[in-house]
Amino acid sequence: MPSFVIPDKCDGCKALDKTACQYICPNDLMVLNKDTMKAFNQDPSMCWECYSCVKICPNQAIEVRGYQDFVPMGASVTAMRSSEDIMWTLQFRDKGIKPKRFKFPIRRGVAEGQAQPFDLYPTGDADLKSPTLMCEPAGLNREQGSVKIDKVLTL
Amino acid sequence: MTQFETVTVETDLLICGGGMAACGAAVEASYWAKQHGLKVTLVDKAAMDRSGAVAMGLSAINQYVDLNSGNNTLKDYVDYVRNDLMGITREDLVASIARHVDSTVHLFEKWGLPIWKDKEGNYVHEGRWQLMINGESYKIIVAEAAKNALADAGGEYYERVFITHPLVEGNKCVGAVGFSVRENKFYVFKAKATLVAMGGAVHVFKPRSTGEGFGRSWYPPFNSGASAFFTIYGGAEMTCQEVRFIPVRFKDAYGPVGAWFLLFKAMATNAQGGNYMKENAPELDKWMPYGKVKPAPANIRNWLMMLDVMDGKGPIYMQTANAIQKIADEAPDEKSAAKKLKELEAEAWEDFLDMTISQAILWASTNVEPEKKPSEIMACDPYFIGSHSGASGAWVSGPEDLQTDETKNEYFWGYPHMTTVGGMFAAGDASGASSHKFSSGSHAEGRIAAKAAISYIVDNNEAPKLDDAKLEQIKDEVLKPLAVFQEFKGATTDPDINPNYIRPKQFMYRLQKIMDEYAGGVSSQFKTSDKLLEKGMELLTFLKEDASNLAAADLHELMRCWEDVHRMYQADAHMRSILFREETRWPGYYFRTDKPQLDNDNWLAFCNCIYHKDTGEWEMKKRPVKYLAAS
Repeated sequence: MPSFVIPDKCDGCKALDKTACQYICPNDLMVLNKDTMKAFNQDPSMCWECYSCVKICPNQAIEVRGYQDFVPMGASVTAMRSSEDIMWTLQFRDKGIKPKRFKFPIRRGVAEGQAQPFDLYPTGDADLKSPTLMCEPAGLNREQGSVKIDKVLTL
Repeated sequence: MTQFETVTVETDLLICGGGMAACGAAVEASYWAKQHGLKVTLVDKAAMDRSGAVAMGLSAINQYVDLNSGNNTLKDYVDYVRNDLMGITREDLVASIARHVDSTVHLFEKWGLPIWKDKEGNYVHEGRWQLMINGESYKIIVAEAAKNALADAGGEYYERVFITHPLVEGNKCVGAVGFSVRENKFYVFKAKATLVAMGGAVHVFKPRSTGEGFGRSWYPPFNSGASAFFTIYGGAEMTCQEVRFIPVRFKDAYGPVGAWFLLFKAMATNAQGGNYMKENAPELDKWMPYGKVKPAPANIRNWLMMLDVMDGKGPIYMQTANAIQKIADEAPDEKSAAKKLKELEAEAWEDFLDMTISQAILWASTNVEPEKKPSEIMACDPYFIGSHSGASGAWVSGPEDLQTDETKNEYFWGYPHMTTVGGMFAAGDASGASSHKFSSGSHAEGRIAAKAAISYIVDNNEAPKLDDAKLEQIKDEVLKPLAVFQEFKGATTDPDINPNYIRPKQFMYRLQKIMDEYAGGVSSQFKTSDKLLEKGMELLTFLKEDASNLAAADLHELMRCWEDVHRMYQADAHMRSILFREETRWPGYYFRTDKPQLDNDNWLAFCNCIYHKDTGEWEMKKRPVKYLAAS
């Protein structure tokens, strides 16, 4: 049933301005039942198992159980995402295999919300008809490169 | 029926979609709009942080031309793409994207995307054109820059508004309509230019898994043909509608194989350990001049594997254990071998966890430790995308400075990446014949198209004129499935079984069954013929008629209804285009059994089509392939 909600942990995001999983699901699957104030996946067969709901849930109330039409039972993959990295825990069906834990960075050098779109490099001209995009040609180069690109190339 | 408020939004540039191309468009458009006092509005069916094909994340950036290194030229990239698509490529568009994509990738890094680097600060390549990233938050970071750009330039974005139709007056796009999937609101966006970037199409064909795993498509199930419908229905000329993309991936969960093939140099074999790329090499002579290019075209690699599958030599395996052992053996001593193995293990799992978590679940649930045993790979089901090794999309103008005297009259009509409809631009999976743009190139194409769209608005700064009566009519049409359900739901005791209407799920199943069995889907081993297609098109006609009886119980289902209609137009264009092209050119994507050979004398050409909505007729057109770079 791809993503599932643990009732004891789900509080319907009642302290927040929106239900986090419902807000984020790219396929409009997570829904809040307003009577029980618990969320659920309204159409598991359209779930991509993208974990967007798992990662955003403030209470870690959502997990994923593999598609039962091809995934044997007993394994789990859980995610804990912070603003800088993500921790994964993999449990195998065979409990003799040591669970695996991985931590990967998710952003570098720019705090959440601070990605500045403009003026990271100078823009060569202000002509709407030229092929020069914002931050070009300067932004086509890295310090490490041996070729200096000083205009947008043609074939 | 419940009343729906009509919300009218007037803007200068409307960006339909919220994925990579749309986010690129938002940034670039905002930059130029700010200088010219224009307003940019973006509409996304989901939430921008996690919408589109990169919603889950990615483990690699697949287009980085690295021009600045001196190792590659634009021509190198164009050659690679032309060969991969068996000669059918708009070189001006491929070059247009390739000459900008590096600056887009550099911006991603400035926005906080962790790109792997070596000790000298050079990017770590997965392959010649691919960079490794820690990409769990790739989309969040790119969306953040887009939202900040819109805010800075006085633009705005709408989430959870589903675009159903284009608004076209004469041969000019003047905006779009849609509805909120959260509240009873019908939206009319009036715009001076519109940029289409709503992704490709999944679930046109029946997937391999039809239970819970139905949604585990390689490409996301929420990319449902909105771009194709918007451009087709808007009257834009379409191209490469016969080109579907079928990736080979780890079986069932469709986890990525790129890192295994490119980074770990793993080999794929049949069950007997035979290397099908070598054993089936004589087959390559049939597909010359493309059969023997390096790297082998994606569809040819598929085809050589499929030959083994059809010969009963499956399962087909990725030999992961051998690859890992080989890398470990290259280490100078045991200690560094153990360290290397640990690194490889983390890289292998991250490849899945970044972009196809289901594959990690499947490996864990079947006790797969890749260093110990091989894993099955398999061709997925057919998808429609303008990026990757797909090519379907709208026929768009190239930039003027990339044309030759030969191409100018065919490939250029004023504004880069504009469709044949005035003011309607397309990028990412929405634009065709410019394959291998992937996430980064789609973002770059969004930027190119957005700058061109701003230029178009400055040149044609007229407020769109719209007929209110016509808008009321289209509102009724969009909301009709809700009305149908309300009118007839009491006629039976089960809302699913009712002779008066068809609900979206069954409608989708019917479409998929037609495509699967008549247009060369999974169960037909991707084979079709003129007679099968003609029969399939006959059945599709009934489906098209039944679309007026679609019923929706709520807003979520109303979205599903329109997604189905969008997919149906993609299916229609696909069948007609396969039928029009009287040859087999991409044997690993589809095989026309009545025309089993490649015919370069007659079909080294684009198959384009235009839908005339007033008559319901499709006009098929052959357009010349003209190369810019001498090969």
